[in-house]
Amino acid sequence: MSTYSASEAVALAQTAEEGAALAGQPLSLPISFLSGGTGVFASLAWVGFALSCLWWTDLGDWSRTHELAFAAFFVAGAVLLATLGGSWLGRFGASLQRRAPWLLVLGLFLTLWEVATAKFAWLPLPFFPPPQSIIEVYTDDLPKLLDSVFASVKLQLGGYVIGAAVGFLTGVSIGWSRSVGYWVHPVLRFIGPLPATAWLPIAFFAFPSSWSASTFLIALATGFPVTVLTWSGVASVSNAYYDVARTLGAKPSFLVLKVAIPAALPHVFVGLFMGLGSSFAVLVVAEMIGVKAGLGWYLQWAQGWAAYANMYAALIVMSLLCSGAITLLFKARDHLLVWQKGVVKW
Amino acid sequence: MVAHAVAESIAYPAAGAALDIENVSHAFDIDGAVLPVLEDVSLIVEPGEFIALLGPSGCGKSTLLRLVAGLERPRSGVLREDNNRITGPHPSRVVVFQDPTLFPWRSVWDNVALGLEAQGILKSHRQRVDAALDLVGLSGFRNAYPHQLSGGMAQRVALARALVNDPKILVLDEPLGKLDSLTRITMQAEIVALWQRKGFTTLLVTHDVEEALFLTNRVVVLSDRPAHIKADIRVERPYPRHRGDPYLADLRKRILGLLGLDATW
Repeated sequence: MSTYSASEAVALAQTAEEGAALAGQPLSLPISFLSGGTGVFASLAWVGFALSCLWWTDLGDWSRTHELAFAAFFVAGAVLLATLGGSWLGRFGASLQRRAPWLLVLGLFLTLWEVATAKFAWLPLPFFPPPQSIIEVYTDDLPKLLDSVFASVKLQLGGYVIGAAVGFLTGVSIGWSRSVGYWVHPVLRFIGPLPATAWLPIAFFAFPSSWSASTFLIALATGFPVTVLTWSGVASVSNAYYDVARTLGAKPSFLVLKVAIPAALPHVFVGLFMGLGSSFAVLVVAEMIGVKAGLGWYLQWAQGWAAYANMYAALIVMSLLCSGAITLLFKARDHLLVWQKGVVKW
Repeated sequence: MVAHAVAESIAYPAAGAALDIENVSHAFDIDGAVLPVLEDVSLIVEPGEFIALLGPSGCGKSTLLRLVAGLERPRSGVLREDNNRITGPHPSRVVVFQDPTLFPWRSVWDNVALGLEAQGILKSHRQRVDAALDLVGLSGFRNAYPHQLSGGMAQRVALARALVNDPKILVLDEPLGKLDSLTRITMQAEIVALWQRKGFTTLLVTHDVEEALFLTNRVVVLSDRPAHIKADIRVERPYPRHRGDPYLADLRKRILGLLGLDATW
């Protein structure tokens, strides 16, 4: 075999790196200490964070300061244990060692944050809440937050699936059939570039419920990029593929399902990715304006009550959800497009 | 590398079809102007014959092949396969193109299975795919993807993808044109061996005179565009042939002369 796929090469490099890290440890202590040094410092940074929580008294009335300090001690202990026992922990130890610099920076950042807000209020207080008040939101306001997460995921998923399916079918039809293209293309050019949020006022009275209106808007935001990219993917399939399939006895349905669509899939995934991004924006705006549920609504509500800690807490959750959705999409792509070389890792 | 015992056990109906090209003319419309490419080409190819179409680049050889494959209909004239008029593509006439044009999203095995799958008979004929891969010596690469193959391997897969359909007429459109010279020499011998074993009628488009003489038993020389048949030369030499054969060298000189290139010889 003359070439490897890029992912194979990366995997090889990673195992080699891990192997070296593992092999280096039991052999010589100085090297082991150097490679584990960052881990020790990371552990110290978390100890520092814990101490910063306990040393000074809080300026405000926060109930989770002690719990947070104990959690920080626990993280520090775990990091130290994993660093010293890295060679016995196998893959987990190795991956922790790779992340040690990040853990160090995170520990320092949290310490600074704690001191700058809860202890000395270098940052104006209601607007910049300390870490423990965000923890407090997660422990005390959990049911409402979970309800919001559930509502957001439900709305987003419904709209996205509908938009992606309709966009994909439309794109394939335009790319394949000239007469469908004749009718759909002008409509697409007229409506597509309009930001989906511009439809908000109309959608909320044209649809029976704010939920169906938002689903429509999310589907619209998803559908446009998916349609255009699926279309361009189908249109750019080389004629040589069709010639080959036709001489081998392929019927038109085979040409669409087994030639045009698989050949267009890389483009389709770019469309799905772009559609995901623009649908997030529509989701949050729709929740803030019309739907009385979801993380966007939670943000709006928190702002109304000047509950800034709740806002940050919701933002963190939202970020994790959006990033998670993109990770899922990329995982699906990696699975479906293993035949492509040099795909971007998310 | 070509002959394998496993492939031997699979029965192929080893017979080529007769090909009858009758007064075929063809033209393209380019920006409103009519560009004639083939002019009154008539050719009778016997079943099992290995025939080369030789001509200057851009003369319309590949167009003639597309007509034989049924990918296009001629402006005038008739093409027949065993006395049946050719009106469209059919898996009994398979083309191997200059580019392997493997489907990059399919593994080697799935690429070879393409024809059987398109005809809806893959389920009952899976062993034919294995046999075809064996035939070109690539059984070990059945799960590889096209981007992992070298040029020669990819072209072998394309050959297996054609052969799995038991073609009666195999159409080769400069299949070795983009390969390095060493791979090319190996694959020339492989193609002769396959043709001898299977007995299909073979049409080879090439602009390599030596290749035409080494492989085929008839060389048809085409003129510049619009192409008509300039000469029809039999190569009466048994296989395996030797590249240094003085008989072939004489023929080569004659053909180069027909192509207007004898000054360089």
